[in-house]
Amino acid sequence: MWARLPVIKNKSLIIPLLLFFSLAALLWRSFSLEDPSLLPSQLLDKPFPEFNLEDLHSSSRIRNANDLLGDVSLVNVWATWCVNCLIEHPVLTRIAQGGVTIVGLNYNDDLQKALAWLDRHGDPYSFHVRDNNGTLAIDLGVYGAPETFIIDESGIIRYRHIGVVTEEVWAEKLYPIINLLRGKSA
Amino acid sequence: MIIELGHFSLILALGLSLGLTMVPAWGVQTGNITLMQCGDSIAKGLFFFLLLAFLSLCYAFVVDDFSVNYVASNSNSALPPQYKISAVWGAHEGSFLLWTLVLGGWTLAVTLCSRDLSVDMRARVLSILGFLAFGFTLFSLLTSNPFERSLPVFPVEGNDLNPLLQDFGLIVHPPMLYIGYVGFAVPFALAIATLWSGRLDMAWARWSRPWTNVAWAFLTVGITLGSWWAYYELGWGGWWFWDAVENASFMPWLVGTALIHSLASTEKRAVFKTWTVLLAISAFSLSLLGGFLVRSGVLTSVHAFAQDPQRGMYILVFLIVVVGGSLALYAVRAQGIKSNTTYSWSSREAMILVNNLLLVVATAVVLLGTLYPLAYEAISGGKKLSVGPPYFNAVFVPVMVVLFIFMAISQRSRWKDTKIDLLLKRQAWYVIGSMGLTTVLMLSLATFKSYVLLTTTIAFWILANLLENIFQRVNRKRWNWNYLLTQPLSYYGMLLGHLGMVVMMIGISCTVYYSVERDLRMAPGDEIELAGYQFKFVETRKINGPNFTSDQAEIIVTRDGKEVLSLFPEKRFYSARGSIMTEADIDPGLFRDLYVALGEPLAQSAWGVRIQIKPFVRWIWIGGLLSALGGMVAIGDKRYRKSRRNDFANFLKI
Repeated sequence: MWARLPVIKNKSLIIPLLLFFSLAALLWRSFSLEDPSLLPSQLLDKPFPEFNLEDLHSSSRIRNANDLLGDVSLVNVWATWCVNCLIEHPVLTRIAQGGVTIVGLNYNDDLQKALAWLDRHGDPYSFHVRDNNGTLAIDLGVYGAPETFIIDESGIIRYRHIGVVTEEVWAEKLYPIINLLRGKSA
Repeated sequence: MIIELGHFSLILALGLSLGLTMVPAWGVQTGNITLMQCGDSIAKGLFFFLLLAFLSLCYAFVVDDFSVNYVASNSNSALPPQYKISAVWGAHEGSFLLWTLVLGGWTLAVTLCSRDLSVDMRARVLSILGFLAFGFTLFSLLTSNPFERSLPVFPVEGNDLNPLLQDFGLIVHPPMLYIGYVGFAVPFALAIATLWSGRLDMAWARWSRPWTNVAWAFLTVGITLGSWWAYYELGWGGWWFWDAVENASFMPWLVGTALIHSLASTEKRAVFKTWTVLLAISAFSLSLLGGFLVRSGVLTSVHAFAQDPQRGMYILVFLIVVVGGSLALYAVRAQGIKSNTTYSWSSREAMILVNNLLLVVATAVVLLGTLYPLAYEAISGGKKLSVGPPYFNAVFVPVMVVLFIFMAISQRSRWKDTKIDLLLKRQAWYVIGSMGLTTVLMLSLATFKSYVLLTTTIAFWILANLLENIFQRVNRKRWNWNYLLTQPLSYYGMLLGHLGMVVMMIGISCTVYYSVERDLRMAPGDEIELAGYQFKFVETRKINGPNFTSDQAEIIVTRDGKEVLSLFPEKRFYSARGSIMTEADIDPGLFRDLYVALGEPLAQSAWGVRIQIKPFVRWIWIGGLLSALGGMVAIGDKRYRKSRRNDFANFLKI
């Protein structure tokens, strides 16, 4: 049975097999592509959008994009209704203690609940803005919480991370970029 | 303990599937009838242990055993009991176990319902199904084991089922879909068995038809249910999104439809033999490909399951082995098989050829659109783009329109040849009549739209041909209407199948072109008028559900001053996961749906409200169900059972 190799008289019958192999090659290749959940931000290397929003702790004080200038900082989108934000909170606290400025963007949230949440879990942020209507979030292209942006000292967005900031995410993704940006300015 | 038994059952099933692959195949190779017949019992054992494994997982959900990781991630003690059971297939590991169980079920069905298959063919078919079961079970055990536990420390409460899935739709949609999807494995196995045996005769086509019809019917039901579920669950009033996962189920359906028609011609006229085999291989290959796309993480989708490259790699390797192997076997074994029959371009064979061509083109177009983002990213080195409804609608719809035109003409076609005047007589009248009827209806009930004229004219034209078909049958017996009762069931299957498509087409065109929608801010007391209905926002109140709290709005609908009903859309907050869900409220109607959903809460107890009126949207799903019914009715045809006596002669031919 194995002595004779199959004779392909009708060559067109191989076409489906060849088509399939090109498909399989494509799919194989797709594994080495970037994680599709890392959706690109349209705003990379563009200035942080303009905004005029209330500070969380004092409603008479209005914050704008100028408050982000001066140092490499993180802008973290969070809310009390976001369970994962609670999960990343200890990591953010440690990052802040390590000397990184973190600005909070309180997204679509209730003021009293937010203040109570910070009271209970600690507040490592340098300040928060209240984005009730989600206008700043829309300008940033945010579609959920948590999300974290790296802003350099001239207010340009340099990186966007979607999802929880874990120790690994910090060590492998965020910290190297912050170092790089600080190195450039020094 | 029960979970460990379930785990062990799955391992036993793995061993049995390996046995099912090897033993009957060895029997075929050596001509040993006893070994060939072993396949039956091994298959029954395989199903038994798969069922045990699945039931033990169900048990774990029902008793809230959160030491099982899968249960902890997908359930909650406050989850209503029916959702605890359906949560079994709410995520990747469990749904894949369901997939494997369904394959076991189909294998069992083959052992029970294929008396007319010769022993060696049966052995081959079971061996192939056994190999598939082996691959699936191995995948489960190696990469997606639902029985993994975390002991001794385990969570006291579960993560809850995703609120979007806490719905009747989850109870029915996946099982129906899988029964259809996986069901194409049987025609696939029959095709491979035929190539393996080297005998490509018409018996193969006759055996395959009932299996293909049932699998296709279930897939139709599954897709229809998915569309209906998305419509009322997602809160936007959409019923098809050309999402990668939807396409993954739609492509096997398109090829399955082509297969049904092609099998008819192969059985009756012995034409398209190798083409039909290729279609049978492709239908199941597309099912496997669909499974890969959904579970490997290479495509982002609202629907996609696992985002795990290891799983993706395994499925891809399995895909290459199964599909590559089948196509290689096809390339080698389908050599030299030629049909000796000829047919004219006006014959039924030619019509079916056109049908197949159009459906394959449609499938290719959908496949291209689904995979294009992947290809683009691979070639451009990381740039991403997405392909959405504009592409799919632009390319798919014209192909379907042409297909439906042929559906009208082909009703009259005869095998081998149809006289041209027979084919075209009165058709012009039907078209003109349909156009006239459509225009009258459009102008009296709504506004004139040229696309609706096109699609509805075609729909009525097909209907005219179907009715004429019935009348001509009765006419032959001098109008004895009782004659209709003695027609073979496959005739009614055909009528219902095509009728269902017509109904669906009318539903789709009316919904797409005549739906009206308004998105606006409403405060208590506000009223708005839309298409003859008045919607008044009364108030919102807070309600507590079993595992959620909700803001429920009351909207009173009136028409011509008379109150029609109240609608109660909700915005629910599920505390376990912190997710917010929109629950639309719908007033379903045969000729229109009233659809109301809440948007975001605005200042001063006002809300964003979305109101839609969707005419004939139910016809889409009624059409789908009618077609599926047609598929099921057709398998009752006596033809498929009568041949048992004839094939008995094949019993000892090895």
